[in-house]
Amino acid sequence: MSDQKYPKPLPTPSPEAQRFWEGTKKHELWIPYCRSCEKSYWYPRDFCPQCGGRDVEWRRSGGKGRVHTFAIHYRAFHPGWTDEVPYVTALIDLDDGVRIFSNLVEVEADPKAIRCEMPVEVVFEDVTDEITLAKFRPASA
Amino acid sequence: MTPDREKAGWLKRIAIVGADESDEIGMVPHKGVLQHHSEAALNALDDAGLSLADVDGLFTAGAGFAATLQVAEYLGIQPRYTDSTSVGGSSFVMHVEHAAAAISAGLIDVALITHGETGYSNRFRKVSRAAMDPWFPAAQFEMPYHVGGPPGTYALACMRHMHQYGTTHEQLAEIAVATRKWAMLNPKALMRDPLTIDDVLSSRWITYPFHLLDCCLVTDAGGAIVLTSVERAKDCKKKPVWVLGSGEAHTHWTLANMPDLTTTPASISGPRAFEMAGVRHDEIDVVEVYDSFTYTALVTLEALGFCKPGEGGAFVSGQRTAPGGDFPLNTNGGGLSYTHPGMYGMFLLIEAIRQLRGECGERQVADAKLACVNGTGGALSSTGTLILGVD
Ligand SMILES: [Zn+2]
Repeated sequence: MSDQKYPKPLPTPSPEAQRFWEGTKKHELWIPYCRSCEKSYWYPRDFCPQCGGRDVEWRRSGGKGRVHTFAIHYRAFHPGWTDEVPYVTALIDLDDGVRIFSNLVEVEADPKAIRCEMPVEVVFEDVTDEITLAKFRPASA
Repeated sequence: MTPDREKAGWLKRIAIVGADESDEIGMVPHKGVLQHHSEAALNALDDAGLSLADVDGLFTAGAGFAATLQVAEYLGIQPRYTDSTSVGGSSFVMHVEHAAAAISAGLIDVALITHGETGYSNRFRKVSRAAMDPWFPAAQFEMPYHVGGPPGTYALACMRHMHQYGTTHEQLAEIAVATRKWAMLNPKALMRDPLTIDDVLSSRWITYPFHLLDCCLVTDAGGAIVLTSVERAKDCKKKPVWVLGSGEAHTHWTLANMPDLTTTPASISGPRAFEMAGVRHDEIDVVEVYDSFTYTALVTLEALGFCKPGEGGAFVSGQRTAPGGDFPLNTNGGGLSYTHPGMYGMFLLIEAIRQLRGECGERQVADAKLACVNGTGGALSSTGTLILGVD
């Protein structure tokens, strides 16, 4: 898909998040991790917001988690999303111990089809030559 | 119960002496933001028996990049104390604590807090918010998935509350209906037609789990209040409203970083305000809390400690918060039915002050001596809580 055809807002990778966006482009999910706390954190920073330490690294996530909560949107605030309604946003609790915001895809946008704590897995959407978004779908059995 | 002002510590020297809206509120396309600020400021100063020349501290938010600079110049004043704290709809409630601190420290005598927004009419003038720095976290990690504005973030929090505690659409609708009943008693309220639980439940979805009638209005309005010292208050027109307790807190900006989706920072600011005032929850006569959505009011009652976490749904059932119920809540008709220009916190203050002064006509809560006010801002990010009282 070319840049011209993607009608929605695109992220601009920041210096401290380069590794994340390089990862999604290769269909890998990478999460920042603090060696002092022995815990992951979200979102990418050059230090750990839990302890203020700088002994941090990137770790690859298994891409599995659960839906902490979700919302189903029946209108769009951006013209690029007009054809997508109803669409689903969610907070995903990754098994790696962080909570991230994304879309739920490959599921009916219906409250009967989605529930909190539902297992999900990452799916990568190549939206331009440069940008790949990490979204989530119901976990395969 | 008549409050004991001595318990309020450093706050016991602070009085609110003026409060009012701008001349016209609701759908006012022929007036701009700064007209709402200035009309409200002049009305509130007149209410206090003071004038612009008496103001030496200015507190405001939302009027552009440097809000106090813009509003002070428009009003023609040169304050020697300035505070543009801007943390969403709770800002104006927090300004009260900041103004009280400045008066208490002797830095100023008269504080003016102003608000003005044209949330409804902005569409006709193509007013847009300043663009976000694309390297900011929300631009990278929220925007590509389309948050969907405040309904989108608050819906995520509400859905978790429903999952965790079994809160129902019907319980949320109880708040919309009770609040409408108060609006029907307020001549300044925009929405004054009767409303039923079924009306709410059959209104279209905006963002599940919110129906249209779970969501606040988008209007044009301004408001202002005036604070001064106990000594100076003696010369003002009306009886003073005392600031007895205060607290503020914020816990996150992006919702993924909210520590617990099923509460609000009112669980921090609330206990602090109650402790400072030295009052119990069952001594409060009237409660004004931000109702950007029905859920916001419900979860705020829990966070403030009026009921336990998860019990908000049962607490508001049976029209308990409506006129005639035993828990008067959002007695002006709230952001849901009275007015909501964008950052509603100012109007919580104005209504609490009017209730404590006994100025509310048909909707007056009998013998109101103590009020609790809580403003919420951002994505359930920031709160200011105040306990106000009269002798
Ligand atoms: Zn750490």
